[in-house]
Amino acid sequence: MLTIKNLHAEVEGNEILKGINLEIKAGEVHAIMGPNGSGKSTLAKIIAGHPSYEVTQGEIIYEGEDLIEMEPDERARKGVFMAFQYPVEIPGVSNSMLMREAYNEIQKEKGLDPLDPLEFEDYIIDKLNLVEMDQKLLDRNVNVGFSGGEKKRNEILQMAVLKPKLALLDETDSGLDIDALRIVSEGINKLNTKDNAVMLVTHYQRILNYITPDFVHVLVNGRIHKSGGKELALELEKHGYEWVTANTEVNGEAK
Amino acid sequence: MSDTQTIESLVKQPYKYGFKTNVEYDYFPKGLNEDIVNMISDIKEDPDFMREFRLKAYRHWTTMRDPLWANIKYPRINYDKIQFYSAPKKKPRLDSLDEVDPEILETYEKLGIPLSEQKMLAGVAVDAVFDSVSVATTFKEKLAEAGVVFCSISEAIKNYPDLVKKYMGSVVPYNDNFFAAMNSAVFSDGSFVYVPKGVVSPMELSTYFRINNEESGQFERTLIIAEEDSYVSYLEGCTAPMFSSNQLHAAVVELIALDRAQIKYSTVQNWYSGDEKGVGGIYNFVTKRGLCKGDYSKISWTQVETGSAITWKYPSVIMKGDHSIGEFYSVAVTNDKMEADTGTKMIHLGKNTNSTIISKGIAAGNSQNSYRGLVKISPKAANSRNYSVCDSMLIGDRCGAHTFPYLEAGNNTSSVEHEATTSKIGEDQIFYLQQRGLDEEDAVSLIINGFCKEVFKELPMEFAVEAIKLLGIKLEGSVG
Repeated sequence: MLTIKNLHAEVEGNEILKGINLEIKAGEVHAIMGPNGSGKSTLAKIIAGHPSYEVTQGEIIYEGEDLIEMEPDERARKGVFMAFQYPVEIPGVSNSMLMREAYNEIQKEKGLDPLDPLEFEDYIIDKLNLVEMDQKLLDRNVNVGFSGGEKKRNEILQMAVLKPKLALLDETDSGLDIDALRIVSEGINKLNTKDNAVMLVTHYQRILNYITPDFVHVLVNGRIHKSGGKELALELEKHGYEWVTANTEVNGEAK
Repeated sequence: MSDTQTIESLVKQPYKYGFKTNVEYDYFPKGLNEDIVNMISDIKEDPDFMREFRLKAYRHWTTMRDPLWANIKYPRINYDKIQFYSAPKKKPRLDSLDEVDPEILETYEKLGIPLSEQKMLAGVAVDAVFDSVSVATTFKEKLAEAGVVFCSISEAIKNYPDLVKKYMGSVVPYNDNFFAAMNSAVFSDGSFVYVPKGVVSPMELSTYFRINNEESGQFERTLIIAEEDSYVSYLEGCTAPMFSSNQLHAAVVELIALDRAQIKYSTVQNWYSGDEKGVGGIYNFVTKRGLCKGDYSKISWTQVETGSAITWKYPSVIMKGDHSIGEFYSVAVTNDKMEADTGTKMIHLGKNTNSTIISKGIAAGNSQNSYRGLVKISPKAANSRNYSVCDSMLIGDRCGAHTFPYLEAGNNTSSVEHEATTSKIGEDQIFYLQQRGLDEEDAVSLIINGFCKEVFKELPMEFAVEAIKLLGIKLEGSVG
């Protein structure tokens, strides 16, 4: 589904990613872990097409197409979704209106009819249960006055509504209390099928108690230093990120 | 292309209504003096009181100077070069729309404002003002049945001289300010509405203004009187064709609401604002004021200002009656080299009066967008309240947003609240929406419509749709 080869990227002249290689197949869950400033959130943003980052080398192939050449909205309509670490407030725009607009853009892309507001309401009610969200949040303005936990749940609600092929979850677990973490994780698990893939960016191991990754990659200083199965996350928890760099300082990259 | 550049290219859509209709004009000399005022009075066949009103205003005007306090810059206007009166040469009969100059009708069609069956079916009576003379009035009979008078001010001067004499100049006196004095001297036409006691106007009244003669000023005069327990909603919308020389517009609007009467006045303004370099465009100096004369009366202004090179406009409410209410909802969009200094005055005179101000300014390009508002609570206006919100949004980094609130609380039982924010349309907001599948243009339009929502919801439904379209034209391609 997604193949990243020798990806280098910079922001304002500072190189952040220094040669990333990654292969994600349908049905897989990949966890990207690493210390602060390692470039793991940058990786997610670059796949989604954030305009602040410049790709200087390498390629990102998604479903056989070069993503780098596409506008962020084009990527989104083709099934790439990012759950934001800091969801953005849009005053005056209701949550349900944004989701309907977004959903209908994807319908259009697929050559299907858009849903009218009533049809969409029927469609979205089911999805609310998935993240145990109150219907009232649909009428509120996008993320305005939402608590940290509500914002993150709202991101997963949008994921449920838009049914992406590739979901990039950028520190979705940060700032969540234990109950919210469980709800969000269970929501993600329910959305996970053999046809879609998840790339989970996280600083902590704790979300991996709920979501079992097929692969864990450790990103340090713009490179993937080590990759492994779910047990790698537990080792990291025990030894810390320095343990990884100490073991891989010669080769630079794992895999 | 960076995001800022893309947004700017989106806002640089050419003016879509820049075409000129070929209608011949009678010769009328330029400049302003007593002879000119008398000529206008002759053409309009004014009764004596009207001629005297004009002359008194003219004489006072000669003692006044252009107001220079506003946050706008424009070359001094040479009033000797302005033609103060113009009218279409062919004056069509008013019996039916079929007899109206087809070119004029076509102009309205091009504007997407059909003076046609659809509009009438939609229940809107249209008093179309083409330059200075009304050319068509519809739905008069239906309104007449309800007792509502909706006609041109010229007709009102002939047919309802007592009402005009009583109320014209009662809210905006002939010597109120430079432009109001000028308008009082030379106004050519405009609208007149009279809603009798206890009558709810059976439809929304709508007038479309249009400036068409190059180098000619247009001086509208509108007077709306709502008697006790009546209600009327009035819609005003305007566009102008593209010209390279500046056009002056100085209108006066007076509203009078008696006991328990309500007047809702909505404007969507999209006059030509000049090109990117600031050449051409309308100079718009407007005095709009409402008087809540009676107890429990209410006057509400809603405006969407998207055009004009210069905007100088402060629709105001004087709350004289106890428990009366004044409201002002505004969206002002400036782009390129446009300058707007607009806001409101809420004057609380009666007890328990209540006013609300919601102002949304959007500045793009090299434009300057200022909110200027006065809230004055007089010593006698006990238990009065004002609530003001002034939000500004900047697009790009070469424009400016300014807020000049003036608050005067004259007693200690009243309260005045003022909130103001300034925000930049954020790259993060746009990216967030793009990540959800909306293209950049739709993303910008969604953010802007969200920003203006509190104002749009005050507009009558059909007008709200037009307003969103106008913002679309001004700020991107089309709004979904």
